[in-house]
Amino acid sequence: MTAAAPLAIVGYYEPWWIQIIKAIVIFAVGLQLVPVVLIAERKLLGRFQGRYGPNRVGPYGALQPLADILKLLTKEQFRPTTSVGFLFALAPTISILTAVAAFAIIPFGDTQDIFGTKVGLYGVDVSIGPLYLFAFGAVAFYGIMLGGWSSGSKYSFLGAMRGAAQLISYEVSQGLALVGVIFTAQTLSLTGIVTAQKGMWYFIPQFFGFLVFLVAGFAETNRAPFDLTEADAELVGGYNTEFGGGRFASYYFAEYLNVLVVSGIVTTVFLGGWLLPFGIHPPGWVDPIVVLLKMSLITFLFIWVRATLPRLRYDQLMSFGWKVLLPLATLNTLVTAIVVVATH
Amino acid sequence: MSETPANTPPENGTPVSPAPVSPAPESGASADALVPSLNVTAWSPGEDVIQVTRHPKPGPTRSTWRAFAETARGLKTTFARIAEGPSTIQYPEEKVPVYPRFRGRHKLHRFEDSGLEKCVGCSLCAAACPADCIRVVAAENTPENRVSAGERYAAVYEINLSRCIFCGYCEIACPFDAITMGHDYELSDYDRHDLIFTKEMLLAEPLERTPLRNEGE
Repeated sequence: MTAAAPLAIVGYYEPWWIQIIKAIVIFAVGLQLVPVVLIAERKLLGRFQGRYGPNRVGPYGALQPLADILKLLTKEQFRPTTSVGFLFALAPTISILTAVAAFAIIPFGDTQDIFGTKVGLYGVDVSIGPLYLFAFGAVAFYGIMLGGWSSGSKYSFLGAMRGAAQLISYEVSQGLALVGVIFTAQTLSLTGIVTAQKGMWYFIPQFFGFLVFLVAGFAETNRAPFDLTEADAELVGGYNTEFGGGRFASYYFAEYLNVLVVSGIVTTVFLGGWLLPFGIHPPGWVDPIVVLLKMSLITFLFIWVRATLPRLRYDQLMSFGWKVLLPLATLNTLVTAIVVVATH
Repeated sequence: MSETPANTPPENGTPVSPAPVSPAPESGASADALVPSLNVTAWSPGEDVIQVTRHPKPGPTRSTWRAFAETARGLKTTFARIAEGPSTIQYPEEKVPVYPRFRGRHKLHRFEDSGLEKCVGCSLCAAACPADCIRVVAAENTPENRVSAGERYAAVYEINLSRCIFCGYCEIACPFDAITMGHDYELSDYDRHDLIFTKEMLLAEPLERTPLRNEGE
């Protein structure tokens, strides 16, 4: 193995035009998922609360996200006089960019033969899969931090600071939760992790890692019950208080894309990606459907939890992250390491 | 964490009640700072102290179990709402049926056999109206022009529904049951003048826009 392999050793070569088509297809499909999640969330939240949710725009309210986005995009680009203009414009871009970049590594299927060319059904199979994810997860918080700080508003600033503290508290646990999987799979490539789950999906042997990753995933995406960066009750809107129109839409979009990314990562790492249980081997074109179904399960869980759990208090968030999740993740890693060493 | 905050300074001399829950420590301190010579707290809880019993905190296993169980219970509760289905009434398409005694828009009545108006223009409804929204101008019936069954009839009968409070006193005051409260509650309009209902509008058979609740519903 060479000293610095930028990509995982996949054993085939993809021509440049395949890579471009792949990027376009994945993001064309992936970005269409965001409005679907948006409407699904609003409809499901309605059902969870004994009401219908939006049902006026289009058949069964299906065009509601379109109406929302059109409304946001046609609004005035307002900027407070106290804000730092350059960063104020840049921050939502960072958020959306990192979310899209993280989406690139989710594998939607095994390598396929399409028109005689081998194509991996993923944006890119990096040899440092989880590290790539965490790198972009960390940069994503700059979007929130800079957005909150550059607004020049107390509430935004408080939300941003909470976001920063939350990132530090939960990214450690999230990383450690994945370390156990990496030990077991003995690879950092996400496709490698999926193929290593042929015998058993990792959420069974790595159950604590799964739980920790899921909980930390709620925190990483700033979703209820960890949506302290937004905390509409006490911080108006948190980091995005001063944002409106297209910039707010960018944040909104990034939030839902992040939900999809975390769902995709959980699917890939713990739920066996495109694999099906009981030795069922469907043809290759079914793989993306399997992945999307598993992702929608996790997204449903996200929405379900949002409808159920109240927001944590800030000190509860901190003590939960450091006193419960981190020891649990560490213990999980340690035990996995011992087991892996003992059985090899 | 101490359960008895030292809100009273010890040199105070007064016996402290066993567990003064309130006032909060800082309120007592600020009161002391304001009137240092008197050396009294702003408010003595006296007999109003509520003894708070704190049970021992559950251990790590128990609290972990409780956290999981309670979360699962919460998830079950919200999921049961999906199974239950929405309880929303889609208003403009579906309407809540009203009770028979619902007081909606007024109706004026005619005798069914002769077709004459029941209203004799006595203005008792206008006198009873607390919102002063009924205007009646009476005129004499003549053999050529017989409008009502009585001696006189209402030449003008107007109800200003933008003022009406739907109390139903007009209905009670009326000696001939000429005016009753109907069931129509969809009365919004674009112009205030359109809310002044004339006699013709009140006599006309109203649109059945509001469903009536059935017996036992």
